Amino acid sequence: MSSAPAKPADLVTVNIDGKEIAVPKGTNVIEAAKLVGVEIPHYCYHPKLSIVGNCRMCLIEMGMPAVDPATKAPVMDAATGKQKINWIPRPQIGCGTNASPGLHVKTSSPMAREAREGVTEFLLINHPLDCPICDQAGECKLQEHSTAYGRGYSRFIEQKNVKPKRTQLGPRVTLDDERCILCSRCIRFSKEIAKDDVLGFIDRGSYSTLTCYPGKQLENNYSLNTVDICPVGALTSTDFRFKMRVWFLKQTPSIDTESSVGVNTEVWSREGVLYRITPRRNDAVNDTWLADSGRMLYKQVKADDRLLAPAIGGNSTGGDMALKAAADLLKAGSVAVVSSGRSSLEEQFLTKKLADALKTQASLVSRVGQGDRLLISSDRNPNVRGALVTGLISALPSQKLAGLAADIDAGKVKTVISVGEDLTAAGLTAAQLAKVSVIYLGTHNNATSAAAKVVIPTLTVFEKSGSFVNQQFRLQKFAKAVPGPAGVNDDLVTLAELVAAAGGGILPFALGQLWTQIAAETKVLAGLSHAALPATGHLLDASAWAGLPFCEGETLHFKPAAVPAAVNA
Amino acid sequence: MAYVVERKSLSLSERLYLPQIVAGMKVTLKHLFKPNVTLEYPDVRPAIPPGYRGVPTLVKDPNGREKCVSCQLCEFVCPPKAIRITPGEVPANQPDRAHVEKGPQAFDIDMLRCIYCGLCQEVCPEEAIFLQNTFSMTGYTRAEMVNDKAKLYELGGTLPDQHFKWDKKKAAEERGNPHH
Amino acid sequence: MTAIVELWNSLHPMLQAVIKGLAVIGVIFPLGGASSLVERKVSAWMQGRPGPNRALPFWVAWVPGISLLQRLGVFHLLADGGKMFFKEDSLPGHVNKFYFLLAPVVAMIPALTTVTAVPLGAYVDEAGRVVPLILANVDIGLLAVFAVSSLGVYALILAGWASNSKYPFLGGVRASAQLISYELSMTLSVIPVFLWINVPGGEGTLSLAKAVEFQSQPGFLGGMWFIFIMPIAAIVFLVSLFAETNRLPFDMAEGEADLVGGFHTEYGAMKWGLFFVAEYAHMMIGSAVFILLFFGGWNPLPWIPLSLVVGWLGAVSPVLTHPIIVGLLSLGIFVGKVLFMIFVFMWVRWTVPRFRYDQVMKMGWQKLLPLAIGNLLFYAAAIAIRDLQLGVAYWAALAVVTVAATWAIFANPLQKPAL
Repeated sequence: MSSAPAKPADLVTVNIDGKEIAVPKGTNVIEAAKLVGVEIPHYCYHPKLSIVGNCRMCLIEMGMPAVDPATKAPVMDAATGKQKINWIPRPQIGCGTNASPGLHVKTSSPMAREAREGVTEFLLINHPLDCPICDQAGECKLQEHSTAYGRGYSRFIEQKNVKPKRTQLGPRVTLDDERCILCSRCIRFSKEIAKDDVLGFIDRGSYSTLTCYPGKQLENNYSLNTVDICPVGALTSTDFRFKMRVWFLKQTPSIDTESSVGVNTEVWSREGVLYRITPRRNDAVNDTWLADSGRMLYKQVKADDRLLAPAIGGNSTGGDMALKAAADLLKAGSVAVVSSGRSSLEEQFLTKKLADALKTQASLVSRVGQGDRLLISSDRNPNVRGALVTGLISALPSQKLAGLAADIDAGKVKTVISVGEDLTAAGLTAAQLAKVSVIYLGTHNNATSAAAKVVIPTLTVFEKSGSFVNQQFRLQKFAKAVPGPAGVNDDLVTLAELVAAAGGGILPFALGQLWTQIAAETKVLAGLSHAALPATGHLLDASAWAGLPFCEGETLHFKPAAVPAAVNA
Repeated sequence: MAYVVERKSLSLSERLYLPQIVAGMKVTLKHLFKPNVTLEYPDVRPAIPPGYRGVPTLVKDPNGREKCVSCQLCEFVCPPKAIRITPGEVPANQPDRAHVEKGPQAFDIDMLRCIYCGLCQEVCPEEAIFLQNTFSMTGYTRAEMVNDKAKLYELGGTLPDQHFKWDKKKAAEERGNPHH
Repeated sequence: MTAIVELWNSLHPMLQAVIKGLAVIGVIFPLGGASSLVERKVSAWMQGRPGPNRALPFWVAWVPGISLLQRLGVFHLLADGGKMFFKEDSLPGHVNKFYFLLAPVVAMIPALTTVTAVPLGAYVDEAGRVVPLILANVDIGLLAVFAVSSLGVYALILAGWASNSKYPFLGGVRASAQLISYELSMTLSVIPVFLWINVPGGEGTLSLAKAVEFQSQPGFLGGMWFIFIMPIAAIVFLVSLFAETNRLPFDMAEGEADLVGGFHTEYGAMKWGLFFVAEYAHMMIGSAVFILLFFGGWNPLPWIPLSLVVGWLGAVSPVLTHPIIVGLLSLGIFVGKVLFMIFVFMWVRWTVPRFRYDQVMKMGWQKLLPLAIGNLLFYAAAIAIRDLQLGVAYWAALAVVTVAATWAIFANPLQKPAL
């Protein structure tokens, strides 16, 4: 579990399959073996959960260097000239065995193999032949290990145990009891991570069944993580159930846009259609977890209220016409820019250029919610820090656009360009919107798009590439998983054209070239590029913004530096 | 690397060539009077041998139930990507098939793409897809050449079932767990 | 019947000639077309297929027994002809239009002209003389046929050149080279025949009718067809004939495997059809000449000349010796032989694969030409020895020389195998 670099004194040397390796003290054999590239099969062990050792799949053979009991002198083997190893005559579980100096492990000795074959045969006795209809097929540990340790036919001639199928454990999780191998990962997750202890086993022996406590449901916002960690197809996502086999799906690394935590995600798509979102392991941000609410975000891509065509005054038009209409409005002057904390860092950079060209200061809309101390923070914008880093804003935003409203009322503003923000939700009244010409860049219909003079549709986070800066000032990138709707330009293209129309010069809109400029103009991003950004992100130097009163509570891997001086209402 | 083919030198009669031509003409003359070996196809239909790999079809079990559970293995294995399946859930109110849980909502085989390799039949864990004896598919449009689920079942018909895997499962389900 | 003959005799000779000419064209042209159907049928049967058997015009479908004709594909002939006439006659943009259009016409002219010098039958007149049925009974008959039929290759060269495209051009070039190579052997191969016919002191002639007449004489040698007297000449003639008519295995000018369609790649519809008919007409004339020279013309069998048959018929009924009946009989015999030869052409075509072009050239120049020359020398010497009544020693010397020459040409180990 410990991922912090250990001091040499904390390292112990173990020997796994003949290879010597130094590992931090307390590392178990499964993790140590992983370091030498040996995969020890396991079901119940999970690196982020407590160890119970009940599946018995990770059995290994182990031994310690022999010492003379009386003299404590090493016993040497005459044949090899090395210290003799006392092998324990029975297999041990790898997950529950911690590294100790001189530990010797055989991960694939005949004894270990035979033990695992026995475990596999027992697990398969009551496991149904459901693979053709099981959603886990393709990513099922039992399937994988059965090909390695199964015997290919069954010696079990008795009647298989029958358990209920299609049990609804909660609104989002379906349980197929027959497939359960009683690893208890889900129980431990609920208890240890979600802190919502609702699951448990009842009955004994082969009648053991996973169930919720009476009167309770698995309905917390992290319930779908149990589906992820279920090594078999017992727990399945009701949403993803029977939608698509996983082997067809393409995985694209992405970032959860729910909050400033910036949970690393994997977006699964096939032929331009998104099917599900799962967490991507990042030990510094989200471990292996993701909130249920973040998994449903893919539905916005195919939502009915998606903006698909540019419009002028409510009438659909071509992209060029809309851009030209927007350019005319921008050239007329008296423009206010409303930017978004949901835009990517690159878009915010271009928005900054747009505001500069229009000689105005962009405003940003803050979103604040209740943090859950786990993976959803109080700041519900994924990229407020990006706006700070690019210089789009210099102070923390407020939730309502009071200043802009006052300016509109005073007649100082004739045109408002909103980059993805619903102005009505941000505190402007319909009457105020009616006084100005609104240029709305956004993904979905809302009150602002209805009131806007010019609407230019943009892409969702799944349809474009870019990066966010999370609450730790960690720069994390996301990639395009599916192509955007036909006729919708990339946000960077739209913004670069608007900047050009506003007289801000020609700016690159391709990520690579744009990043050359971003890195050249932004001090904390100097030397970085989107392409070279590691998958787990890059921690930026946040000292320049250390004094700002971010509205943040504690989350899984983040502790606010100080209690926020003022939480924006 | 040049490869030299050894050719044996020709005999005198071969070099004169005429005897060889006459021998050849004897053969063709013999064939002139032999019965035809061809089939006048649209009028006369060939006998389809067992194991023939014709148009892929979906079959029903002897009780008239859909066998396919839309596991999509055929879609995965299909080399020309001719198969397209939209999986769906079998509603619990279908008493004879509810225990199967999953079945295809849509099942399309694009016969313009199909190469009749038979891998879909090979891979099918439910023995639901068979290449049967239909060998000629025609149509005026591309859309006509895509066999949908209804067409596939119409072509496939019913084949005997060796296992009744899901029936056994249903029986076990109904027998239930004596412990509960 | 006599009235018809009288009416015919009362016509102006010019008119007679025109009618005869039209009649010949009217026969040759459909026969050329029919040959194409026969070709399809023969090839099909040799390959174990039924061949064309589908076409049946709906307005004759009710006729009983018509299905036999349908199975024989007779109506495909009509359909093919109709297609030829009515399909789009395209004229590619890149061709030399005048020569392009001229080429198929040029192809037809020699095919139809040569018929004039070819006797098609004979009848026995009241005086007991055998009179050949021929449009122009000229003494230079064979020479006329050779001279005119060689013009046929101009059509191929013209077509190849005027098409202004590389494959037709190659086809045309091949055709001309092939013609030159084989024309020599062909001409040389028939000289012994006429050496034999034109005995010293006799009346000199190149008439084909005379050649037949010579094979209708009484006696063992007199009644013998020339194929038996000079088989080598016959073979050389036949092989050259295949090459001249561009038939497989010598259809290098068409060679669809390497030249797309050869000289007529750019042609379509009836223009192409004319080439097609011309090829068959050419085959027919060639076969006719071959039969006249080596297969006894209209004589039914060796040693049984037409006049003998007429004598037998006269014994049955005098009516049967009427010139028209005898003429038709001889015509039938002759056309039957020609059709058999055409069948042989097809038979060979569907048996022997095409030669390589270098093989064609090598065979023409290195094998057939020496063989034809040797053959000519041999028969010249033999005829001289026979006519001058020289002794056995000369025959022996001739035999030795012949064997030596044959060995030198065909079995010489110093020479690389030609084929």
